[in-house]
Amino acid sequence: MTGPSSVSKSMTMGEAGLASALAAFAFISFLGAAMGHDAAFSFHASLACAASLIAVIMIGNRYLDRPAELPPAEIGGRPNYNLGPIKFASAMAMFWGIAGFTVGLIIALQLAWPALNFDLPWTTFGRLRPLHTSAVIFAFGGNVLIATSFYVVQKTCRTRLAGDLSPWFVVVGYNFFILIAGTGYLLGVTQSKEYAEPEWYADLWLTIVWVTYLLVFLMTLVKRKEPHIFVANWFYLAFIITIAVLHLGNNPALPVSLLGSKSYIAWGGVQDAMFQWWYGHNAVGFFLTAGFLAIMYYFIPKRAERPIYSYRLSIIHFWALIFLYIWAGPHHLHYTALPDWAQTLGMTFSIMLWMPSWGGMINGLMTLSGAWDKLRTDPVLRMMVVSVAFYGMSTFEGPMMSIKVVNSLSHYTDWTIGHVHSGALGWVGFVSFGALYCLVPWLWNRQLYSVKLVNWHFWISTIGIVLYISAMWVSGILQGLMWRAYTSLGFLEYSFIESVEAMHPFYIIRAAGGALFLVGALIMAFNLWMTVNAGRASETEGASALQPAE
Amino acid sequence: MSEHNEIDRVSGRSTTGHEWDGIKELNTPLPRWWVLTFYATIIWAIGYWVVYPAWPLVSGYTTGLFHYSTRASVATDLADLEKLRGEKMAVLGSASLADIEKDPALLALARARGKTVFADNCAPCHGSGGAGAKGYPNLNDDDWLWGGSLDQIMQTIQFGARSGHAKAHEGQMLAFGRDGVLKKDEIVTVANYVRSLSGLSTAPKFDTAAGKKIFAENCTSCHGDNGKGNQELGAPNLTDRIWLYGSDEETLIETITNGRAGVMPAWVGRLDPVTVKALAVYVHSLGGGK
Repeated sequence: MTGPSSVSKSMTMGEAGLASALAAFAFISFLGAAMGHDAAFSFHASLACAASLIAVIMIGNRYLDRPAELPPAEIGGRPNYNLGPIKFASAMAMFWGIAGFTVGLIIALQLAWPALNFDLPWTTFGRLRPLHTSAVIFAFGGNVLIATSFYVVQKTCRTRLAGDLSPWFVVVGYNFFILIAGTGYLLGVTQSKEYAEPEWYADLWLTIVWVTYLLVFLMTLVKRKEPHIFVANWFYLAFIITIAVLHLGNNPALPVSLLGSKSYIAWGGVQDAMFQWWYGHNAVGFFLTAGFLAIMYYFIPKRAERPIYSYRLSIIHFWALIFLYIWAGPHHLHYTALPDWAQTLGMTFSIMLWMPSWGGMINGLMTLSGAWDKLRTDPVLRMMVVSVAFYGMSTFEGPMMSIKVVNSLSHYTDWTIGHVHSGALGWVGFVSFGALYCLVPWLWNRQLYSVKLVNWHFWISTIGIVLYISAMWVSGILQGLMWRAYTSLGFLEYSFIESVEAMHPFYIIRAAGGALFLVGALIMAFNLWMTVNAGRASETEGASALQPAE
Repeated sequence: MSEHNEIDRVSGRSTTGHEWDGIKELNTPLPRWWVLTFYATIIWAIGYWVVYPAWPLVSGYTTGLFHYSTRASVATDLADLEKLRGEKMAVLGSASLADIEKDPALLALARARGKTVFADNCAPCHGSGGAGAKGYPNLNDDDWLWGGSLDQIMQTIQFGARSGHAKAHEGQMLAFGRDGVLKKDEIVTVANYVRSLSGLSTAPKFDTAAGKKIFAENCTSCHGDNGKGNQELGAPNLTDRIWLYGSDEETLIETITNGRAGVMPAWVGRLDPVTVKALAVYVHSLGGGK
């Protein structure tokens, strides 16, 4: 867009600037690799050096291959959508999804049979567990969010994505962050904050990437061709801004050395715990809820070909959700050193959050009115609708578990794990699968390879989820009851180890559920692979209009 | 929103008149039950703030009508527990071990207390059923390294074995091989002799007389002339087919070569005296108490 219109080709400011910045970064990383105080830091600096050099070469190649003019914003009066970065993020989402589910299955098996730790530091539960959570939340979920947000914002603003290289910087830079974070966990690099384990240098890199993401998204909104901003974009914007705030708020750490991987957080004790769970809970609220509600608000009406049920409800529940979610974090710290008043606020705001959360469920489900028959024939739509049902279930269960008396039973038990997974597998997983089943055929202008396989995926994964969460409910409540059981003489009925022993059958059922979920995802990966590589060209006009460029 | 918005045929509602990529929105009002439930949760929250600690102030916070505090609540719970355990625990504290054995009610109390404490403190080494593991004695059998009477068990629990406590049991199996007392072939011979003491098979070329001689010169001072052991020194009985580390030739050679000195920690100071007493009664009752 900003390229010169003359015949002679020249580098844009963006190409020259980014290439020089990355070249400088490669040099700094080289020094870091050579002088690093610990092997993990040197390894990460080497990765950064190699990745920067490759990126510089790719920018150079792109410049040499491209025509003098950059891709136009419009072709024949229609927006020339930028789909390349979206394709990349979609493919990465599928890759990381399989990786994350696999690691999840491994650690589920380790809990049932601890010998599977193999007594190696890299494969212990303590290192694989954050690898699993980060891979599914940030790598799988994050790539789905970036891919869909870049798609939805373009289509609902009827304009090409802002920036030329910056969307690519966002998707590639984000995945590089995942690589650093994930390899770090395996090597034992962690700041030991749940869902915020990556160390200071990974955090700094993510900050740069995320601010770029925010700018690309905002600038696309600014140059929209529609008078109003579509509801999904409110949710995406809330997600992007709040994640930036949370990330900065929870990670002010001082590195021991600028050449080492270890850092210490600026505050300790209960203040750190409070910040951590303000972050942790809102990672759920804004990453896993607001972001995926945005997906719901575009893909369900689009797929069902029905108008959104209630515009007013979308406004009211949006603002109520944003306002209330941010205060709910202290419910993770019931009956701890956190002051009683903070625990009360965390709990009461969680209760008030119930209806704002359900506003999204109502809008998602009721959008189907007049199109319920499609659930019989379209397993993709069915997947998304079931995801909204799981969303409703876990957003009822969450406020309930935040009530102190309930929490005194559920806290520290597998019930929490079950709750998280009904949200993660049922809601986030299924709505993402549904969105990818829509998006991949649209992006590559193909027909979905096999609807039958989607059906198989749906049923296998649904059975897996049911096995998983019911096993964790039973084992969690059993655990809680065993821990608090007293004999008539006033002594504890069970020792801790007896409660561990009692979990064994449920851990096996949970692993079986996880295995089914993974099998479903593998079927999906095959289906999407075949769609892209062997699928028939799409017959409908809808997607073909957005084919050019990239 | 303009007046002439289109009407959705399915729901009969008007749309808002906007459209994005083919997606429209209906003008449906907020569901009434949704609004009322939302209000109800807000009112409930306000009520909760009135009665429980809720809002921070410049110094301190609103304590609420109930003046609830987690700290006070824990203190109440602990007091209730003490009440439930009652004076019986005090009686247990003052009763002698022999008295406890005679009084069925006290015995049941001591065993119940002991079971709980055993599971959290002893089970990691001795197993949740007290069956032990390699290097950790089985507490269910009637073979005792340091004695199986109530007093002896309590002594062992209090001060441990080789625990570093001044009153701990101190005897240990010497490293006959490592310290050069016995040569390799002598160790093999005596290991086979030890096996023969409990009727286990011996190596084909084993010389019983030689084994007996080595045993007499090196082992009898602790394990006794006939290998029956000595509880004063913690020397195991070698004739009863109960083995702490294993009875195969290889393990015995390892034991004789490098010695053994497993550690049982001292629990005095870590567990209160009444609890140790209860634990001794529980362990005594596991099966093999003398």
